[in-house]
Amino acid sequence: MTVLVLGLGNLLMTDDALGGRMIAELEKSYRFPQEVQLLDGGTLGLDLLPYLEGVDKLLVIDALRMGAQAGELFRLEGEEVPRAFANKLSVHQMGLQDLLAVAELQGHLPEQLVVWGIQAESVEVGMELSPAVSGSVAELMLSVVRELQGWGVVLKQAA
Amino acid sequence: MAKKIVVDPITRIEGHLRIEAQVEGGKITNAWSSSTAFRGIETILKGRDPRDAHHFTQRFCGVCTTVHSLASIRAVEDALQIQIPDNARLIRNLIMAVQNIQDHVIHFYHLHALDWVDVVSALSADPKKTASLAQSISDWPLSSANYFQGIQQRVKAFVGTGRLGPFANAYWGHSAYKLPAEANLMGVAHYLEALEWQKDIIRIHAILGSKNPHPQTFLVGGMSMPVDPDSQNAINADKIALIGKLLKKARTFVEQVYIPDLLAVASFYKDWAAIGAGVGNYLSYGDFPMDNGGGTDNLYFPRGIIMGKDLANLMPLDEAKISEYVTHSWYSYSDGDDKGKHPYLGETNHNYTGPQPPYEYLDTDNKYSWVKAPRYMDQPMEVGPLARVLVAYASGNTDAKGAVDFVLKQLGIGPAALFSTLGRTAARGIDCLMLAQKSELWLQQLADNMGRGVLEVHNSEKWDPATWPKEAQGFGYHEAPRGGLGHWIRIENGAIKNYQAVVPSTWNAGPRDPRGQLGPYEAALIDTPIADERQPLEILRTIHSFDPCLACAVHLLDGQGSEIIRVRAL
Repeated sequence: MTVLVLGLGNLLMTDDALGGRMIAELEKSYRFPQEVQLLDGGTLGLDLLPYLEGVDKLLVIDALRMGAQAGELFRLEGEEVPRAFANKLSVHQMGLQDLLAVAELQGHLPEQLVVWGIQAESVEVGMELSPAVSGSVAELMLSVVRELQGWGVVLKQAA
Repeated sequence: MAKKIVVDPITRIEGHLRIEAQVEGGKITNAWSSSTAFRGIETILKGRDPRDAHHFTQRFCGVCTTVHSLASIRAVEDALQIQIPDNARLIRNLIMAVQNIQDHVIHFYHLHALDWVDVVSALSADPKKTASLAQSISDWPLSSANYFQGIQQRVKAFVGTGRLGPFANAYWGHSAYKLPAEANLMGVAHYLEALEWQKDIIRIHAILGSKNPHPQTFLVGGMSMPVDPDSQNAINADKIALIGKLLKKARTFVEQVYIPDLLAVASFYKDWAAIGAGVGNYLSYGDFPMDNGGGTDNLYFPRGIIMGKDLANLMPLDEAKISEYVTHSWYSYSDGDDKGKHPYLGETNHNYTGPQPPYEYLDTDNKYSWVKAPRYMDQPMEVGPLARVLVAYASGNTDAKGAVDFVLKQLGIGPAALFSTLGRTAARGIDCLMLAQKSELWLQQLADNMGRGVLEVHNSEKWDPATWPKEAQGFGYHEAPRGGLGHWIRIENGAIKNYQAVVPSTWNAGPRDPRGQLGPYEAALIDTPIADERQPLEILRTIHSFDPCLACAVHLLDGQGSEIIRVRAL
């Protein structure tokens, strides 16, 4: 089983940096087995296609626009994902949606797809997460770790 | 009676570009180009260490992860008068070339071809005839009837799921599609092959860049990845051999697939050689230094300016003559919005005066875009592969002359045809071909240096801020895939005092200036025929021919205009 944990978002745009920050946090806090790859995908679209090849389970982490209270956690799965992204709930819906569609056309679509994210408060230019999103990061981290453990991934705390 | 149509947003992947066009008698009579999302990212650089700037600027662009790194480190090197070692020049040339080659192929097949190739029509093509067509234009081996039949079945199955995915949002069956079904099927097959191809090509960035995406090898003064034949962790003979293989693969695909496809498609759309000229002024900063002297007079793509389509009068470029206007942009300048500002003195103070969303139209008499209007000697300039190739052609560069003359001859058209939508699309292919053919030389030079024991990749003489003057300023140039990119930095007491980036899409997508002169997109749309106002495919053709990418000019979607493509005919 091959797992890709893909963080999306622009590191320069406050809450939009969530995906990339989470990847860095995960890398710092845990040791992952070889079959799990962590990737800060930035705001790339089709360029991420090679990384989807051979992936069985894909976990995307992204700042979301769900019309909810800032800081609220969301988990989307399978068919909800492209549909949710088609409804412009994330700031990257074009890139991710196109990416998944092309992956499907090529026969590389991972069999399982889960998105974990937090409702964004700010996507202005800035290097810090908003307090609301920042306050939910620990919970998101735990949720991501549990999701991976549910997939049978054995994680070790970093020394 | 004039009608106004709106296309918003216009890009297939990233960015946020809106076009408003007035149509009368089946032709566009006026046009406005706007970006409707703010991005004033330069402000976060103020006060930071100039040596760190490239880590931030790398994330300016959502798609090209090398271009803003390069422009940034060059700006700092220019300010501090740092000369980079020859190996750093060669590695940079290779990274830049690969970015351009990959980006051009992806643009052609995945963003632009669908303006010319009708995917739905491909489903009814005869695979045997497709094979004959493919074999008649190229030696590319993937050209059997069985192969095309397989592709056709794959696409049929995909379309059958009801999710068109990347093929949604186009105007299938539009009367402006002219290709026979077989050419459409060939185009679709190569669309898929290009996706496979790019995966390999981009590995070069992982090898030279230590990491991809977002390579981490850039450094003020050179590069950080060592060149060392005796180290597994450096650029060594094995890695050079692997890069050589990948470059050959890149070149073969460009020569045997991209260029033949480009010529085949273009031969059905020669009327577009008379549409979409635009401002007729071209600016190229030039790029790909042929020596490491640090000067700009020995660049593979030379630096220069062409005014009024006059190829006989190539002029030198002086960056001091660049200024940015905000008369029609949602910014205000401290000393009035009608005066231009050189980027060293640039200001990014936002001042939104547009309508509150949702709205029908922008107030195009006043401010109507988040993009500023850059001008050179107060003239609007087009940047991009066409500008690059025209400047090279006008300078007498033999490779550019050879490639341009070959394409013109194949299509049976004259040099005047270059000033057009078709010319822009063809020039991108020429640019790609020239780089695909040249980059093996840079790799060879790198191998030769290594063979002679020349291993230096970084000049650290001025790494320590104690060696810097109290004040310095520099201009970092780069010819990114989409065109001329400039970064301007002012350094004071070791920290960034001011930073401005003028990106290619700012030049091309910018609005009018105080004199009312149209920007390149706007000018290029004038007189474009529109067969069906509800399906303005022709607008997409011309705008896509520029390879618009407001991912770097602006990135975020606002709450309003986030539909995929909205067209309103009123």
